[in-house]
Amino acid sequence: MKRQSASEVTFEILITLLMLVICFITLYPIWYVLVNAFNDGEDAMRGGIYWIPRVFSLSSFNAVFRSEGIMTAMWITIAKTVVGVVVHVFFTAMVAYAFSRKELIGRKLYMLIGTITMFFGGGLIPYYLLIRDLHLLDNFLVYIIPAAFSFFDLIIFLSFFREIPAGLEEAARIDGANDFQIFYKVIIPVSMPVVATIALFHGVYQWNDYFTGMIYMNDMDLQPIQTFLYRVVAQSSSNQMLAAMPSGVSVSVTSQSLKLATMVVTTAPIVIVYPFLQKYFVKGFMIGSIKG
Amino acid sequence: MSVKVETKPSSPQTATGRSSIQVWVQKLIAQRYLQVMALLGVAWMIVFNYIPMYGIIIAFKEFDIIHSISDAPWVGFDHFKEFLEDDSLGYVIKNTIGMSLIKLIIGFPLPILFALLMNELRSMIFKRWVQTITYLPHFLSWVVLGGIMATWLSDVGIVNKILMALNFIQEPIMYLAEPKYFWGIVITSDIWKELGWSAIIYLAAISSISPELYEAATIDGAGRGQKMWNITIPSIKGTISILFILAISGVLNSNFDQILVLRNQLNETSSNVIDVYVYQVGLLSGRYSYAAAVGLIKSVIALILLLGANSVTKRLNNTSLF
Repeated sequence: MKRQSASEVTFEILITLLMLVICFITLYPIWYVLVNAFNDGEDAMRGGIYWIPRVFSLSSFNAVFRSEGIMTAMWITIAKTVVGVVVHVFFTAMVAYAFSRKELIGRKLYMLIGTITMFFGGGLIPYYLLIRDLHLLDNFLVYIIPAAFSFFDLIIFLSFFREIPAGLEEAARIDGANDFQIFYKVIIPVSMPVVATIALFHGVYQWNDYFTGMIYMNDMDLQPIQTFLYRVVAQSSSNQMLAAMPSGVSVSVTSQSLKLATMVVTTAPIVIVYPFLQKYFVKGFMIGSIKG
Repeated sequence: MSVKVETKPSSPQTATGRSSIQVWVQKLIAQRYLQVMALLGVAWMIVFNYIPMYGIIIAFKEFDIIHSISDAPWVGFDHFKEFLEDDSLGYVIKNTIGMSLIKLIIGFPLPILFALLMNELRSMIFKRWVQTITYLPHFLSWVVLGGIMATWLSDVGIVNKILMALNFIQEPIMYLAEPKYFWGIVITSDIWKELGWSAIIYLAAISSISPELYEAATIDGAGRGQKMWNITIPSIKGTISILFILAISGVLNSNFDQILVLRNQLNETSSNVIDVYVYQVGLLSGRYSYAAAVGLIKSVIALILLLGANSVTKRLNNTSLF
């Protein structure tokens, strides 16, 4: 190893410092919300809580878990994420596998049909009318069926499937498996990195999407937590927050502290999961960048 | 390869004697499972992508809830004319393009710079930590981020507290209630949320560069800056071009999720963009045909921008999407 010159050492220190500053700017706004959520609600209204809670309290979180409105919305989010991810990954991968087979009759036409959808679409209004005509308004399936497929994700699957050695499929075929059985018994098990990547991407979409719930759901019992929060945050209606407040809760819980605690509870699962999947989605991006 | 287990070993030979249609039918039957799998996807695309494309014709009709799309009377370009004469056209277009262009000019190069600098970090553990931390905001929803920002920017929020403590302002400012702050808030929050995440693709491209190139350059006595300029940047030029084409074609695509959360009646003149406008007049006021016409104008311009950007980068450095 060559010895580093003085200017190289300075450079190294400078970018390290810069990176630390960027990390601080990234984390602090989130930390600020956390310490305020873990503070007594009434006390927090005075402001000035920057580093640690002034009056530590879990009562806002207690209220979140006791609120019927918030918990219903939470379960809708969990259900749409779990079902949505399974359906999206399985369906998109299945179509991608069929499209990846060179002998598929009509393959070029099918790919063209898909490629066009990446560059042109009908837009919001015709789409809304379609959803209405399909009777998907106020229907839980509006979270699942219209999100079951993505041509963009198909391309990521496709480039992964092309790398799978043909010998694997051949062995299964000799054992008498049909193409569908080959897909889910042979292809899916060896494609876990790309399955994990797409599952994470789609899971984040399902978990964070408030728009679908906002425009296609009038039934409040079917709205996911993000739509609930949207109505609270964007329309700054503390009414909905107050309506969600469980009875008999401590007076120190304000609508603001209940909102912050709901935000924390909503975000926590995804923030806990993604570092563990990091190596997968970075690999997923590698496939994308090599293709590009 | 295409010989199926069900077909008898002798069938490839007999097939050559038959007409090509029979061979084709036989092939189709052999791949019936594959065809069903593929056609389910095609059917999905026809329903969810192509039927809405057909639905665009309501832009040229006077569609209402009572009539079906085909029964509605034709009105030609009336809706398009109306939009061009609308008072809000000026600021809607200005906000859409203005915010996108600033996002493009500032937000496009920053992740590239960030990836290049991160690549210079020697400690792998530190680099991984920086990556994990800067990916975090990407996983927050815009609703949650909107809530965070409302907390920061409120009258008792940290921003007002700091500025007042430093004597920059005497009275707390309601940032989200004043149009002049809106663009800044949108652009800053967008960069804050996506900087680390957007850098992943460049880091992935950088990591696929052969280490031998750098070794050779080191032997030739090249410094860090020279290696970055002569090896790293040229190697990721293709990735940059592709992402640039996509960014250009998305100029009319405001971040709907983001703006819908941050906008309100008070900042309307600097927050209303085409997507929000379509949503308001279409779904909130029920003027489906008019809103579809506005949406169509947007889609067509976006397509032209995409084709334009594609042909420019093709000529400049031989990379293109298609």
